[in-house]
Amino acid sequence: MSFIAKASAFHPRHLLRATLLASTLLGAGLAASPLQAQEIRAVMHSGIRVLDPVITTAHITRNHGYMIYDTLLGMDENLEPQPQMADWQVSDDGLTYTFTLRDGLVFHDGAPVTAADAVASLKRWGERDGGAQMMFRSIESLEATGDKTFELKLSEPFSTVLQLLAKPSGLPTFIMPARVAETPSSESITDYTGSGPFVFDESQFEPGVRAVYTKNEAYVPRDEPPSWTAGGKVVNVDQVTWVVMPDAMTAVNAVGSGEIDFMEQTPYDLLPLLEANPELTVEVLSPLGYQTMARLNWLNPPFDKVEIRRAAMAALGQDPILAALVGNPQYQEKCGSMYGCGTPLATDAGSELIMNGPQPEEAKRMLEEAGYDGTPIVLMQPTDVPSIAPQPVVAAQLLRQAGFTVDLQPMDWQTLVTRRASQAPVSEGGWNMFFTNWIIPEVWSPINNPMLNGGGKEGAWFGWPDDPKLDEMRANFAAAESEEERKTIAADIQAHAYEVVNYIPVGEYKIPSALSNKLTGMLEMPVPVFWAVEKAE
Amino acid sequence: MLAYILRRILASIPVMIVVALFIFLLLRLTPGDPAAIIAGDMATPAQLAEIRRNLGLDQPLLTQFVTWSGQLLTGDFGQSLISRTPVLTLIGQRLEPTLSLAIVSMIMTLILSIPMGVLAAWRHRSLTDSAVMAISVLGFSIPIFVTGYILIQVFAIDLKLFPVQGFTSISEGIGPFLQRIFLPALALATIYIALIARMTRAAMLNVLGEDYIRTARAKGLSERIVLFRHALRNAAVPILTVIGTGFALMISGVVVTESVFNVPGLGRLTVDAILARDYPVIQALILLTSGIYVAVNLLIDVSYAFMDPRIRY
Repeated sequence: MSFIAKASAFHPRHLLRATLLASTLLGAGLAASPLQAQEIRAVMHSGIRVLDPVITTAHITRNHGYMIYDTLLGMDENLEPQPQMADWQVSDDGLTYTFTLRDGLVFHDGAPVTAADAVASLKRWGERDGGAQMMFRSIESLEATGDKTFELKLSEPFSTVLQLLAKPSGLPTFIMPARVAETPSSESITDYTGSGPFVFDESQFEPGVRAVYTKNEAYVPRDEPPSWTAGGKVVNVDQVTWVVMPDAMTAVNAVGSGEIDFMEQTPYDLLPLLEANPELTVEVLSPLGYQTMARLNWLNPPFDKVEIRRAAMAALGQDPILAALVGNPQYQEKCGSMYGCGTPLATDAGSELIMNGPQPEEAKRMLEEAGYDGTPIVLMQPTDVPSIAPQPVVAAQLLRQAGFTVDLQPMDWQTLVTRRASQAPVSEGGWNMFFTNWIIPEVWSPINNPMLNGGGKEGAWFGWPDDPKLDEMRANFAAAESEEERKTIAADIQAHAYEVVNYIPVGEYKIPSALSNKLTGMLEMPVPVFWAVEKAE
Repeated sequence: MLAYILRRILASIPVMIVVALFIFLLLRLTPGDPAAIIAGDMATPAQLAEIRRNLGLDQPLLTQFVTWSGQLLTGDFGQSLISRTPVLTLIGQRLEPTLSLAIVSMIMTLILSIPMGVLAAWRHRSLTDSAVMAISVLGFSIPIFVTGYILIQVFAIDLKLFPVQGFTSISEGIGPFLQRIFLPALALATIYIALIARMTRAAMLNVLGEDYIRTARAKGLSERIVLFRHALRNAAVPILTVIGTGFALMISGVVVTESVFNVPGLGRLTVDAILARDYPVIQALILLTSGIYVAVNLLIDVSYAFMDPRIRY
């Protein structure tokens, strides 16, 4: 048969048939491959790259920390500190805390967890965590007094020792072997031996691709039922694999087709696809959610003037920003509390200006009184971070409506984090304003909240408020003896922070997760954890 | 020929040095701070400075360049600043998915595009020609992510013939490997099928008008021999050039295809490294990409001599 005849004999349906046949054969090949028993495949909110949960506050590394390390204390759903690795006693004068490690604690390499390990881990943590640094200034000594006991002695009252040791986010108190915890806190650890409910499988780790955790068969959970990071961490699966998927649509398709069991954060615009799938459950697992906020730079004009900072706060409003960021009333909430709504210290003290916003006419009046000269505001917009990119765009328009001159500068997040560290004038690469987000446990007390620090150029977080009164109030909060007193001081701190415009909370939002119906027992808490959860075959 | 190849290899050395210097300076002059990625949002300026010092990023540029060059000369590409994984390990982990995607995609491209181009040229101005050209225009015009999502919707979600995403190593069996790589390779191939079919058609049309083709037909040779032995071989030089550069592009990483199908290839590694300002990883990847281009161009040039006996080096 000639080529011409062969060519003429060809018909597109042959190609279609061949493709379908090949696909079916390939499909049969895959279907025959054995599935791994009891594996949860999860798409987390980002890929893990930094494996040291003390050097970084990245949430994904914190989540990794909860997989492979245990924490000294846990925090339950009532936000109360509870024993986890250790129980404690407090002396009558409230200055000495004696901790006793429970029985059965063993590192992944078989070595028992000792008080020396706990002390070394706490000291490293104390060098990195903002709240812990404040606490360590009040610590006279922290020493092991036996294999299983250690003592923390305060030189002055510090009322939130247990809350800090039990906090679930920011930097929790992950306990590492002393040999690892002795690594300088500015250097990443390279030994990932923990004593937690899962073991990190280093051989399968591919940064930006996947991380694999296998069940720690030697882990002895507590007897109490799990509640947030407290209680028994009973592992019911053999392995958890975190798969990195940079494309949200692909992740939605994968969870919809059953290739993935859990998607930690789902984009709001793709929710209808997930909610329509009867094999999936869409729910908010983190009950407190996130706070989104604007930070102003106190060093550069025009925000070096408190009157103009207040005018900016009057110009902004939570509704329009939340509408752009979330656009779904089910998952967004106006909130005037700097400590997050629904938390023990939540208060609306001083929040009237932002809660009643946007008030462009009022802001115009305030600007006029303050003598605003039209100095442009450099507002940084990180275009590559979907949870922050919309806020500056809306804010720019609201500020312009109030009479501000706004220079909205789009950039990637890396450029923003570099530039926000600059204390230089705007003309030399400085800035005036940016937005970011926090999970509520990171801001829920004046000790934890990174913005509520008046240490100026040397000690404060980016924006550098120089506010000795704020620091004095925080010290009073730390020394307060009763819950009532702490609440009163926290409300005063917030009212003051609003008065001087330390920062501007622009609302709260929650991000739903998508779970395969095969998963049951997933805990509702601010950190996604994989103990307690079961997977049906 | 051997002397020519050697000369070309030697000539590539200064190219690589210039690339290394350029990329080193470009990265250092781009705003960004790996320490900020490592430390997270709560770090204070003092903590960031401490991490920078530990990573050696506080050193003068010249010192950093000399250190890096010295490491390169001993074959050490350094460690990722972020994950502390050796750069070569990272690249090694991503090489198989990228090569697999490139090779399978190129095989699909060649199987479909060359016959399409030959057919279109042979049936010039016919319905077949128009159909091939229409397919080419579509292949060019539809972005890969759209093609990818359509393929996923039809073949993975509706027909359930393929998985939605992921990559399986060929070491785990040819069936699972092909099943995972088929859709991303097809999505990637669409654009190259369009490109190479058009190029083949154009080159073939030029050649089919030549006297020696008329002579071949007059000698009574079959159309198959006329088309494939006489015409296609003479039209091969521009087609080979496009195939070569296309293959180099695929090996350097195709980030959109890799992202849509979640293939952990070099493209994603490159984008992740750039977003994190992971200097050693970016530098190694750019050097690798440059090396690939130099090698592919050399191979293309050498292959000309085999396809066209008039070309001698």
